[in-house]
Amino acid sequence: MSILVSNLTKFYGDAKAVDDISFEVHSGEILGFLGPNGAGKTTTMRMITCYLAPNAGSIKVEGKDIRTESVEVRRCVGYLPEQNPLYLDMNVLEYLEYTAQLQGVPRQSVPRRVREMVDVCALGEMKHKDLGQLSKGFRQRVGLAAAMIHDPKVLILDEPTSGLDPNQIVEIRSLIQDIGKQKTVVLSTHILSEVQATSNRVIIINRGKIVADGPIEELQRGLHGGEKITLEVNVPDAQPFTVVSVQVKSIPAIESVNLLEERDGVKKFNVGTSSGVDVRPELFKLCVQKGWTLLEMHREQTSLEDIFRQLTADPVK
Amino acid sequence: MSFDNIRYIFKKELRSFFNSPVAYIVIVVFLVILGWFFTSSLFLVNVATMRTVFEMTPFLLLFFAPAITMRLISEEKKSGTLELLLTKPVKEYEIVIGKFLAAWTLYFFALLPTLSYYITVSFLGSLDSGPVIGGYLGLLFVGAVFLGISVFGSSITENQVVAFIVSFLIVFILFMLDKILLYVPNTIASTLEYLSIDYHFSNIARGVIDTRDVIYYLSAVGFTLLLATAALQKRRW
Repeated sequence: MSILVSNLTKFYGDAKAVDDISFEVHSGEILGFLGPNGAGKTTTMRMITCYLAPNAGSIKVEGKDIRTESVEVRRCVGYLPEQNPLYLDMNVLEYLEYTAQLQGVPRQSVPRRVREMVDVCALGEMKHKDLGQLSKGFRQRVGLAAAMIHDPKVLILDEPTSGLDPNQIVEIRSLIQDIGKQKTVVLSTHILSEVQATSNRVIIINRGKIVADGPIEELQRGLHGGEKITLEVNVPDAQPFTVVSVQVKSIPAIESVNLLEERDGVKKFNVGTSSGVDVRPELFKLCVQKGWTLLEMHREQTSLEDIFRQLTADPVK
Repeated sequence: MSFDNIRYIFKKELRSFFNSPVAYIVIVVFLVILGWFFTSSLFLVNVATMRTVFEMTPFLLLFFAPAITMRLISEEKKSGTLELLLTKPVKEYEIVIGKFLAAWTLYFFALLPTLSYYITVSFLGSLDSGPVIGGYLGLLFVGAVFLGISVFGSSITENQVVAFIVSFLIVFILFMLDKILLYVPNTIASTLEYLSIDYHFSNIARGVIDTRDVIYYLSAVGFTLLLATAALQKRRW
């Protein structure tokens, strides 16, 4: 177990920023931390990285408690804070060297680690430039390089792609996926496609509470119980839809049939199924049997956007 | 305590002083003002002494100490780099000590050229070197206290102007304490005198190094750095 968070609570004054949350992250997992702005993502990450102390509950990183072994925890965690703060008057090499030294990289291996990180993050051309002169994408890479300089077991990335252009986002994502093969990565974001592109597992947090936790596919299936299949068929002799509907409903797993569009013999409708059963072969056989021409059939998945909106919608509306 | 961490932070801060115009401006302006006071009175009084250097420097430090240190911690708070620093395996007091030592070293470099006054004056007349050595030692102590206070001022806010004003105010009060003794009741006068920076400085500047004065300076510096460390730790609770 790489990170173990139990019953974590944090107050800012009277406001509860994080409300009794518990979760665990296994080694080698990429966990997406999802939530609307102000949900408590950054606060949770700041507690894992020992920047803030929790009011209640405990966090263990690689078996070490953040209260009693804070320095050891900080040694095995690499952290990229939100907004990626950097010393803008230092150049890339100076900054990476300074970070390596403070992270406790042994003196003789500092130059080697700096070189490796410059290679991994493709900073070669920029290495003598001041950080203040770099574009946002390069600054983000410097931030990532600095977070990984001491080869930490755990990486905490707070909105690693915010403010980047689409090409840079793709680059940073693939970088994160590469890194994630050997390390435990927790990354926060409010961009849903990002989680889909990078993570194995998602935790959705809203108003300081965890509202969903699991692999993305599981969340997508779990929310509706079943899936929806949309069909478009050409029925000969212009039979009314009710006839079609009765015959479709004769397939056991199908629970509902809704007509979407009808013109002449062409009928477009969707069917809802109970969970876990794939009814597409049955539907195909039915069409063949009745002599309907199947024009289209596809399975609709609940998008992460839908899940997210349903789970984090404001109840007071 | 990790001396390595203190050294890394010290080196980084010193480098950023000298990479930016800050260090050069501070040193040049300090020397110009001090030099003007020194030379304008030297031939008027016609005595081979460095007293003006030792009288004027604490006064100039009232402004220079807060100016040197105001960005040390407040800038990191504002830009968010403090979060980077505090999530590394570094203790708060190591950060404070490293930054304080960097500011003190810059002050040392500003004082260094004034040794040329010593050389000049010793050619002009016989200069008693006891008070000069004591004077410089005292200046280093006074500077340490002023800079320690200013590091604390910088640690409590993310606004450099606020840091400057708060530091200046504290330093100014400590500086003035022994100048208002006439107006306060006798019972607290001796306490105020003991707390005053100038009182201890005038002892050392005569060439008398008393452990009481040394202890005063060391404990004052220690106390201010402790307060700055506490200000950094406060975020956690």
